[in-house]
Amino acid sequence: MEEKNITNEYTPVVGLEIHVQLKTKSKMFCDSPNNPDETVPNMNICEVCTAQPGTLPVTNKEAVRLGAMLGLALNCKIANISKFDRKSYFYPDLPKGYQISQYDKPIAEHGYLDISVDGVVKRVRIRRAHLEEDAGKNIHPEGLGYSLVDYNRAGCPLIEIVTEPDITSAKEARVFLEELRNIVRYIGAGSADMEKGTMRLEPNISVRKPGQQELPNYKVEVKNINSFKFAEAAIEYEVARHIEILKEGQTPKQVTMGWNEKASQTVEQRSKEDVNDYRYFPDPDLPILNLSDEFISQLQSALPELPAAKRKRFKEEYGLPDEDIQNLVNWKELTEYFEEVVSEIQAWVKAEHTNEDMLKLMKMAANWCLQDFSALLNASKINPNESRITQENFAELLKHIADGKISVTAGKKVFSEMFEHGGEPDHIIEDLGLTQISDTSEIESAIDSVIKSNEKAVLDYKAGQQKSFGFLVGMAMKELKGKGNPQLVNEILKKKLE
Amino acid sequence: MELAYLEISELAEKLRKKEISSVELTKYFLERVKKYGAENGLNAFLTVTEEEALTQAEEADRILSKDPNASFLTGIPYAAKDLFSTKGIRTTASSKILDQFVPVFNATVIEKLNSERSVLLGKTNLDEFAHGSSTETSAYGPSKNPWDTTRIPGGSSGGSAAAVAAGLVPFALATETGGSIRQPASLCGVSGWKPTYGRVSRYGVSAMTSSNDSPGTIARSVKDLAYTAEILAGHDPKDSTTSVKDIPNYAANLRSDLKGVKIGVPKEYFIPGMQPEVEARIHEAIQKLKELGAEIIEVSLPLTKYGSLVYAIVTPAEISSNLARFDGIRYGHRSEDAKELSDIYDKSRDEGFGDEAKRRIMTGTYALSAGYYDAYYLKAQKVRRLLVNEFNDVFEKVDALVCASVPNVAQKIGTAKDNPLFGYIADQLNIPASMAGLPALSVPCGFAKAEDDSSVLMPVGLQIIGPQWGEQNIFNIGHAYQTITDWHKKYPKGFGE
Repeated sequence: MEEKNITNEYTPVVGLEIHVQLKTKSKMFCDSPNNPDETVPNMNICEVCTAQPGTLPVTNKEAVRLGAMLGLALNCKIANISKFDRKSYFYPDLPKGYQISQYDKPIAEHGYLDISVDGVVKRVRIRRAHLEEDAGKNIHPEGLGYSLVDYNRAGCPLIEIVTEPDITSAKEARVFLEELRNIVRYIGAGSADMEKGTMRLEPNISVRKPGQQELPNYKVEVKNINSFKFAEAAIEYEVARHIEILKEGQTPKQVTMGWNEKASQTVEQRSKEDVNDYRYFPDPDLPILNLSDEFISQLQSALPELPAAKRKRFKEEYGLPDEDIQNLVNWKELTEYFEEVVSEIQAWVKAEHTNEDMLKLMKMAANWCLQDFSALLNASKINPNESRITQENFAELLKHIADGKISVTAGKKVFSEMFEHGGEPDHIIEDLGLTQISDTSEIESAIDSVIKSNEKAVLDYKAGQQKSFGFLVGMAMKELKGKGNPQLVNEILKKKLE
Repeated sequence: MELAYLEISELAEKLRKKEISSVELTKYFLERVKKYGAENGLNAFLTVTEEEALTQAEEADRILSKDPNASFLTGIPYAAKDLFSTKGIRTTASSKILDQFVPVFNATVIEKLNSERSVLLGKTNLDEFAHGSSTETSAYGPSKNPWDTTRIPGGSSGGSAAAVAAGLVPFALATETGGSIRQPASLCGVSGWKPTYGRVSRYGVSAMTSSNDSPGTIARSVKDLAYTAEILAGHDPKDSTTSVKDIPNYAANLRSDLKGVKIGVPKEYFIPGMQPEVEARIHEAIQKLKELGAEIIEVSLPLTKYGSLVYAIVTPAEISSNLARFDGIRYGHRSEDAKELSDIYDKSRDEGFGDEAKRRIMTGTYALSAGYYDAYYLKAQKVRRLLVNEFNDVFEKVDALVCASVPNVAQKIGTAKDNPLFGYIADQLNIPASMAGLPALSVPCGFAKAEDDSSVLMPVGLQIIGPQWGEQNIFNIGHAYQTITDWHKKYPKGFGE
C-alpha cells in the first residue's frame, strides 16, 4: 500500500457534524423540562425559552458536566475557560433571533475516537465539541396555508461534535456513529437515538481524485438523515454522485443536500452562496465558563468503562466471539444485565465448578441474552431492566440447564413463562412438571419396554439404519413424557442395542 | 398637599403612627397621577394600575397593622419605568411593537417590591426601548419636565424622573445604560441612583445593552435611594451577571460628615461647551463637600473622551441582537400586510420600531458583521477594558469622583429631534462610568438659567461616581451633602403646592 491518502482510486473524504441532545432534567438555560418524548406542542415552555422581553439565560450545570464528560470520553482536551456566543439569524423556531452556542472557545477540542472497521483500527480525530441550545420545530399543516411552531425543543441542551475529515467510507461513518452512540449512552449523557432525533447527523462529503494529496476544494453537506442506515446510504449516494462528476472533469457544486427517504437519494436544498453571516459575539448575559483542573480530573475518574474497554474485557474474560461482543455492547442495558447475570453465575460456579465450566456458562449466558431474551424484549419493546426476569432467576435457570435438571427445550418454556409472569425457575419447573428424568433405572425400564414393542426398528438399526435410532429415542422420550435427560436416553439406548 | 413632596422615611413614619393608611396614601397619589401625570399633563404615565394598587395597599395596611418592624417601603406608592416586566400589566417599552403586550411574569425587582408590599401605581414613559435621552423617541410622545413643561425631562427614564419631580410618586424604578437615570434625575432636580453593574438584577428588564444595563431608582433624597437599594440589590439566580456580595445596610450606615473622605475631581469632566452656570454650581457643591470635611483632589482620567465612542459601538451592537426577538412571531405587533415569512419580519419590524431603534439596529448589525467585528466590537471592548483600568487606578487614590451629571440644563422639547448625536452629547459625562459598570448618583445642586431663555431656571445635578460595589461611598457623600443643602427639597410650581 502507498501512503494512505494518496491512492489510485477515488477516495471519499467525510467529516461529521453530530448533534447529541444531552439528558438533563431541564433545558440548557431555563427551568423548562427537557423531555424529548413530549408529544403535546408547547407544553415544556416558559418565558425564558420563548424569549419574552427581559428574560435571561442561566447555564445548566448538569449540561456542562455531561458535555465535559463526553469530551473526555472522546479523548478531548477540556477547556478551563470557554464561553457562550450568540449566533444570529431569523427563523420562527428560534425565539431570541439568536442561538446561544460556543464559537471560538468550545468546551472540548482536539480529541479522537478509535473505531474498528473490518478488523482494522482506525483513528478519527475530533476537532471540537461545543455546547449549545436547540431550536424549536416548525410544523406545516398540509394545505392549510399557515405554519405552526412547537417550542418544546427550543432551548434543550445539545452538544455538537465535529470530526476532522478523516472518514473514508460510508461504513466507517456508520461504525463511528454507532460507537459514538454507545459512548453517549454508557456515560449517561443522552439516548443518542437517531430515529427520535436525540442524535442528528450532518456529514460533509467530498471525494479525492486518484493521486490527489490535498483535501478537495469543495464539500457537500447532507441534512435530514434520521437513521444509521440512511447515513450510510446517503454517504454512498453522494460519493457515487461526486465520482461521476469528477470523472467528467468537473467539480461538484458546494451545496447543502437533503436525504429523501422515499426516493433513496439526496436532493439539493440550498446553495452555499446565500450563506448566512451569523454575527457571532460573546453573550453578555452569560459569564465565562470556568472549569477547574480539579473538576475535570474528577470527571475523568468518574468516567465509566467505555465500550472499547468493555469489548476488550469481554474477549479476555469471557472469550466471547467478536460479533456477540459487539451485539452485546451495542445494547448498553443488555450488557449491564448480562454482566449481572454473569456475576450471579460466578458466585456459585466458583464453589462447585471448573474454570472451563465457567467459560461455557458465560457463553451460554451471552447466547441466551442475545437470542431468546433479545427476541422477547424486542417483541415487547422494553429494556432488560424492565422485564420480569431477575438476573438471579436468569442465572438459576441457566444453572439448571447446565446441570441437566431440565432440557434446553424445557428451559425455553420456563424462560418465556418467567418473561410473561415472573417467578422463580424452580417453581415454574415444578408447576409445569418439566424436571428432567435422570434416574437411570427409570430410563432403563422405559427403554426396555420400547425395545420390546418395536422389534422391527431394533432390527433395522442393527442392520445399519441410523434413523431407526432416532425413532427409538423418540419413543423412549414419549414413554418418559418428554422429561428424560436426552443425553442419558441416548447413552443407555446405545448400550442396550449393542 | 403636605404629602406630595415628603420623603419615603417621612411617609413610612406616618404609616407607622397610623396618621395615614397605605390605602389613603395610594388614593392620594393616584389622584395626582391622574391629574398631572396623564397624557394631557406631564405624559409621565403610560399605564395607571389603580385597581391593583388599591389591592396592594390594603394588603400593606394589614401587614403594617400586624408587623411594627415592616420595611420602610411597605405601603409606599411607586411607579416603574415601562421597561420592567409586570405580570398581567401592559408593558410597552414605549414601543408600538409592544403596544398591547401584557407580560406573564414580573421582573425580579418588581417581585422584590411586591414582597415589601410597596404599591405600584403605574408604568412610566421612556424613550423607545430606552434608546434616547429625552423621551422624545417614545411611541407615546415625550414626557414633560415639571420645572418647565415645554422642556424635556431627560431620558430615557424621563417619565420616572418627571413623576418624582412633580410629587406624583415618592420614588420610581428606572434603568440606566449610559445616563438614563442620572441625566433625567439631573434635568428634573431629583436624586437618582445608577447601581454597580451586577448589583441589581436585570431579569425582566427588556434588554438594551446587556453588558451595561443597570436597574436603579429615582427618589427625593439620597437616603430614600439607600432604602430602595437595600431592597433591590442582591444576587438573582435568574441573572447570572448579578453578584453574590453582601448588601450593606446602606441607610443605617449613612453619615452626615465627610471627614477622612477623599473625593476626586476629574478635570476631563469639565468639557468645552459646558454651560458656565452649570460649572459654577458644581464648584459650589464641591465647596460644600469640603466644608463637610472631605479632602478634594484633582485627578485626571485621560481616556474619558473615548467613553462615548466605545458606547457608540457596543450599545447598538448589543441592541441589534437584543431586539431580534421582536419578530412578530410569538408576541407583539405583527403586520397585517404580511403574506409570507420574510414579510412578517420586515413589515412587522418596520411598522413596530421607531427611527432611533432602527438606526441602532442597523449600526449594530453592521458593527457585528463578518469582517467588521474585530475592527469595531472587539476593539471597543479592548478600549473598554482600558477605561475600567483607568478608573481602578484613580480609585486607588480617592473614594469617589464628583463632576456635573449633565453639561447643560434641560432644553426645549423638539430641539433634539434632528440631531441623532444629541444623546451622546447629553450623556457624555455619564457614559464612561456606565461602560466601566460603576455606581453613580445624581443629586440636585442648584439651578441654572436655560440656555435659550434667561428667565427660566432649571435644575442642575451633581454627579458622584464610586468604585465598583462602592454604593456606600456615594450614598454617604450624597447624603452628607443633602444634610447641609436643601436643593433636593425644592419642587416645581403648578402641581398643587
